[in-house]
Amino acid sequence: MTHGASVHHRSDGPVAGDAAAPSHDDLVDEKIIVCYYVAALTFLTISMLAGLLVALQLVHWNPFRGTELLSPGRWRMIHTNAIAYGFLANAFLGTLHWAVPRLTFHKVLSTRLSWFIFGAWQVIVLSTALGIVLGPTFQDQPWILALAKKWHLPMNLGAQGLEWGETPFWIDPLALVGLALVAVNFMVPIGKSKGPMYVSLWYFMAAFVWTFLTYAMGNLLPEYAVAGTSAGAIGGLFIHDLVGLFVTPLGWGLMYYFVPIMLKKPIWSHGLSLVGFWGLAFFYPLQGIHHFLYTPIPMFLQYGAVISTIAVELVVATVVINFFGTLVGRGKEFFENLPIRYFYTGMVFYFITCFQCALQVTLTFQKLIHFTDWVVGHAHLVMFGVFSLWLFGIMTYLFPRLLGRPWWSRSLCEYHYWLSAGGLSVMFLDLTFAGIFQGYYWSSLQPWDASTNGSQPFWITRVFAGLAMFAGLLCFLFNLWMTARGAEATDPLPARAAGTPTA
Amino acid sequence: MFESKSGIFFIAGIGFFLIAFLGNGVVPMIMYKDRHEQTAEEVVNKRVMAQFRDLAQRYPESFQNAFGEPTEEACAEALRLGRQLYVGEGCWHCHSQFVRPVSNESRRFGPVSKSEEYDNELQRPVLFGTRRVGPDLSREGGRRGNDWHAVHFHKPQVVSTDSPMPEYPWFFDGSPDKPNRRGIAVMTYIQWLGSWLEEYPYYEELAEVKGEP
Repeated sequence: MTHGASVHHRSDGPVAGDAAAPSHDDLVDEKIIVCYYVAALTFLTISMLAGLLVALQLVHWNPFRGTELLSPGRWRMIHTNAIAYGFLANAFLGTLHWAVPRLTFHKVLSTRLSWFIFGAWQVIVLSTALGIVLGPTFQDQPWILALAKKWHLPMNLGAQGLEWGETPFWIDPLALVGLALVAVNFMVPIGKSKGPMYVSLWYFMAAFVWTFLTYAMGNLLPEYAVAGTSAGAIGGLFIHDLVGLFVTPLGWGLMYYFVPIMLKKPIWSHGLSLVGFWGLAFFYPLQGIHHFLYTPIPMFLQYGAVISTIAVELVVATVVINFFGTLVGRGKEFFENLPIRYFYTGMVFYFITCFQCALQVTLTFQKLIHFTDWVVGHAHLVMFGVFSLWLFGIMTYLFPRLLGRPWWSRSLCEYHYWLSAGGLSVMFLDLTFAGIFQGYYWSSLQPWDASTNGSQPFWITRVFAGLAMFAGLLCFLFNLWMTARGAEATDPLPARAAGTPTA
Repeated sequence: MFESKSGIFFIAGIGFFLIAFLGNGVVPMIMYKDRHEQTAEEVVNKRVMAQFRDLAQRYPESFQNAFGEPTEEACAEALRLGRQLYVGEGCWHCHSQFVRPVSNESRRFGPVSKSEEYDNELQRPVLFGTRRVGPDLSREGGRRGNDWHAVHFHKPQVVSTDSPMPEYPWFFDGSPDKPNRRGIAVMTYIQWLGSWLEEYPYYEELAEVKGEP
């Protein structure tokens, strides 16, 4: 890349106020970002196929019935784990390699360490997948049962019995080392940076600490230290914190970074961003038990979790207001700038998610919707509707710069957006209604079959909504392939629509 | 302080996390610290042993190959393996183990779950569950015979026509009357669920007859 290009890169970066700031090429290792994104999109494809398999099973259309290694029970866990650790973690790590050095004007601690982490993380995700798929097949070994008997521990070769903590026990230590190295690699440039920290860095720094602590808590305590109800409380904290303290702060940190750059104006209110960060930091970790209302976990703790969940909704409102305040005067960008459209669509979905959260967390709602598809719809809304859309937006913005040419097809970019956002909207509404129906089928004491038969129309709709989202991904992958191989573009995405300033 | 590295690292990163962990994690641990956590051997009871012996009589050859004699020790081993498979196969993603005190659940499933039911090795990590596609299983033991379970695991739709549950033919050596070691272990585990209760087995119909709330 020429010197001119690097200056061009920096011109739209954060306000430096430092004439001697290092060039983009010195700071950012673009190759590793591409590798992270390729890994992320690979795991996203796997995850969506796994989700499709489970969806087909529920509507009796599974073509692989009775195939042990394609058992929907196992692939359900591939679906969730590949999203969390394969797609989101990889995409976030790749983007952090862009954002952190450019925000701090310092390189990551070590490029070699970065590549080691990249390799190690793929090994961790692939071993988790292998463990989940093959674990139950090879579980029945005398030495495992002997150890389980001796130590009175679960000793599952495959998945462990905690959502998102399914990572087999023999991978947990490696994953913890990996997370610690990630923290060190990015905390060093943050530590070296001078002056007050920008909002994004507050979120990143806290996220590195929280992710490590959350992973350690959830993957060690309920398996080795405590059993029963107290383990349930820890499990609730874990599944909630993984969204709230790993995915959420990284996502919002990146929004605070990319949105002002693309809108070419500072964030509307610094005060509100302080409220947003500290409100999230205080209230979010206190909510885990709301996943297990009406369990034998002490009632006063359940009430506390409910109240802090409702409190965080107010905090979320301040953050969303801040971002829409930033958009004021630049509203046209929502229609013309594809990444901005992804970002703000995600923010609308985020507000819906959190508003929904404040309602569904109450004991009144829980009576009806706990254990139903309502919750599944909620999970898809936040993981796909918010964070995946944000990452699609970031990738749409960064790939033309990483590859050095515009997107091959503008219409494929548009299809990716509409199929993803549209499919997700249908899936969310569909599963929300399915959940209400299921709740009433159950509480009205009809035979169990009434609930599964009554769910069929919703589940069939869900299959097609999922297929639409998958088709969106295929558009993106094909577009990326054609862009990367340098195919002649008849309908490229103009730089302006990709959020890139026209120099 | 609120925008400095040390403030964010120590107050937000470590401090707030610890406050939440102490409040929501350590408090229940302290409250329940005197509870005895039972081992798999200790949770074997005469009801699950009756089911275990039933498996031995019903499938003599398969059982002999898998567990030898239906002893209490073999039963504990079957429970351990059964739970490992129940978790590994993802059963707990569609079947909860937790009866709530609301939404008529105690009429459908049986007595509301109590804390002490989870104080054992086989609830590491605790299997409350978060989704019910199929029914709650924490009171499933004894409701149905082992032959029903064998056929159901082999091909659920044979006994439950519209069930969306997947098939598990790898729990058998070819046909439902030949469960292998994995199949016998899972069936033992299912029959154990709720066997510690006085109301065992709990039938849905029973509540109607007795007019219980």
